[in-house]
Amino acid sequence: MTTTKKTPTRVVLGDEAVALGALHAGISAAYGYPGTPSTEILEYLLRSPEPGLTAAWCANEKTAYEAAVGVSLVGRRSLVTMKHVGLNVAADPFINSALVEIAGGLVVAVADDPGMHSSQNEQDSRYYADFARILCLEPADQQQAYDMTRVAFDLSERFHLPVMIRLVTRLAHSRSVVTPAPPATQLPLGHLPDGSDWTLLPANARRRFADLLQRQPALLAYSESVAALRPASTALGVITTGIARNYFLEHLANLPEAPSHLHIGTYPIPIEAVRKLADHVDRIVVLEDGYPFVERLLRGLLPGPLPIDGKLNGVVPASGELDPDVVRAALHLPDQRPALPPLNLASRPPQLCRGCPHADSFHALIDAMAEMEGPLVCSDIGCYTLGALPPYRAIQSCVCMGASIGMARGASDAGYRPAIAVIGDSTFLHSGMTPLLDAVAADADLTVLILDNHTVAMTGAQPTLVPSERLPEIIRGLGVDPDHLHVLRASRKGEADLIATIKQELEHPGLSVVIAERECIEAVKRDRRGRT
Amino acid sequence: MKLDVILAGVGGQGVLSVSAVIAGATAHLGWNVKQSEVHGMAQRGGAVLAHLRMADGPVFSDLIPRGSADLILSLEPMESLRYLEYLHPDGTIATDIEPVRNIDDYPALEVLLETIRATGKSILVDATSLARQAGNVKAANMVMVGAVAHLLPVTEAALRSEVETSFGRLGDKVLAANLEAFRLGRSVGVA
Repeated sequence: MTTTKKTPTRVVLGDEAVALGALHAGISAAYGYPGTPSTEILEYLLRSPEPGLTAAWCANEKTAYEAAVGVSLVGRRSLVTMKHVGLNVAADPFINSALVEIAGGLVVAVADDPGMHSSQNEQDSRYYADFARILCLEPADQQQAYDMTRVAFDLSERFHLPVMIRLVTRLAHSRSVVTPAPPATQLPLGHLPDGSDWTLLPANARRRFADLLQRQPALLAYSESVAALRPASTALGVITTGIARNYFLEHLANLPEAPSHLHIGTYPIPIEAVRKLADHVDRIVVLEDGYPFVERLLRGLLPGPLPIDGKLNGVVPASGELDPDVVRAALHLPDQRPALPPLNLASRPPQLCRGCPHADSFHALIDAMAEMEGPLVCSDIGCYTLGALPPYRAIQSCVCMGASIGMARGASDAGYRPAIAVIGDSTFLHSGMTPLLDAVAADADLTVLILDNHTVAMTGAQPTLVPSERLPEIIRGLGVDPDHLHVLRASRKGEADLIATIKQELEHPGLSVVIAERECIEAVKRDRRGRT
Repeated sequence: MKLDVILAGVGGQGVLSVSAVIAGATAHLGWNVKQSEVHGMAQRGGAVLAHLRMADGPVFSDLIPRGSADLILSLEPMESLRYLEYLHPDGTIATDIEPVRNIDDYPALEVLLETIRATGKSILVDATSLARQAGNVKAANMVMVGAVAHLLPVTEAALRSEVETSFGRLGDKVLAANLEAFRLGRSVGVA
């Protein structure tokens, strides 16, 4: 590498490399909702104030995405960040933003979680990029996370489309050296675009969709231009995507013969590069972290003459994340795992912190339900999902953000009583208000217990959008009967009151909301540290 | 030259600080470093695993292949055994011997320690006691950094400087305790 000027290197997380790349690309705004493993992208930007840069947590991924689209409309660059399941929430603006004439670069950074380290599924965001028919860039390391994010903004403006950066946990949360390039300045505010390119009335949308389809060959030409094909052995070809490249390179020196190698870091899949590899080799191994996205298309519906190894024939496990050992086996290298003596280890699952307010709330809930037969407790996404584990075993479900209230309402409609929803304050603000409105409109018989710890705790105690004191007025505003709305303290001292109130409201044949409130113990500790 | 370290402990013990200090010092040496961390749900009082890879050549995978770690550095005795399949047959286990009993079925400590000793090279340190002696029981993680300093490719001064970078912002008292913890660990490690 030749550099005229020495650029200072930085040791950053993959997430932070994306943030730095966006910062240096001259973004004017960044939005997101916290979600592991994506949280540190926006946290980095919140720690790096720049004149003219707005960085803000939003109510949810959909509102965050829409704000970013608005920045693009007026000609400036914006980044929006979320975890993979967050893109489900933002799917509506995401898919439709591919139909408008993106002006300022719009980049959506999505962090997938193969192996489900901290998620309820391992869906692969590359399918979403394909669905929306936009470019997806998948970095293999921290430097690429930086470089690709910068390029993504240029591509977004060149093709007038949003561009996705797809990360996986092992890159998002791995730290390494990044050498930044000189930063670019922010774009000036642009002129208002032609409204017909942004107003998706059917007549406009048909024209815009035709235009999107016409741009596809140009997107493919771009991904062909950056595909990295290294022909070598004719016996074996290896296709890697994203960080799978690193696991392959880890073992390359130990292979008897260097395979031909195609690395894909940009989608749509570069068809010509794949064809060249396929023409050159007798067998292909596909290594990709996530779903068999490339492999499935490569196989097609009917078997072709070329043998293909991957997740679909079990050579690579179909679920879980890749690692060097999985890839080692797929490359037919001998197992290196040592023979171990019998170890009698106890498992140590995550648990609520000592002093956690949720622990007091669960104790109270369990006590209040003690004499009821088969109470149904639908819960939600957050630290309090740990209420499923011993010693509580207090919840029956956790599906997606906000589902607790909607599901409890449905179960109640179906005749099941008592139906209880347990949801945190931030999850309530994210996706709990609309199902509560449904429950109000239907006058459903259910009890909602809001565990209000004043913060987004699981992802590292980010601030909630609304101070806790304002939760009751929001809930009253949605139409909940003030006589059946209670705010109590979640503490050992207040336990008797909380038990009595929950019990009373479980017996009430209608909708009730009980807020059990006390600040997250980790947030309290962090605030104390901040003061010293 | 390469050094692959598995870092283990229980959420809240400061595993990532250990990783930051060692990685920082090694990066200053001009080595390539990759440090894979755990964030989110797993941090909540559960078993925590981090991979730290350092080499004077390229480091490709962020994760250490099983059977090839040079060192398991653990802040808790049972956790030091949880990732044993990562250890190279010639590798070393270094661990604090103070158990974290936040679960009901914690095994007998003597059996655990005997198992650790039987694996081959081991460095067993009463790091929690030494940290208490240094003035901050939470500095047991820096005792353990001191205890393995002789296995690392960096100087003692470079490690001390990283301890200063990591803990300086938390105030003089916290920093002094962590530096003393490092020193006490160092004296155990070389003995």
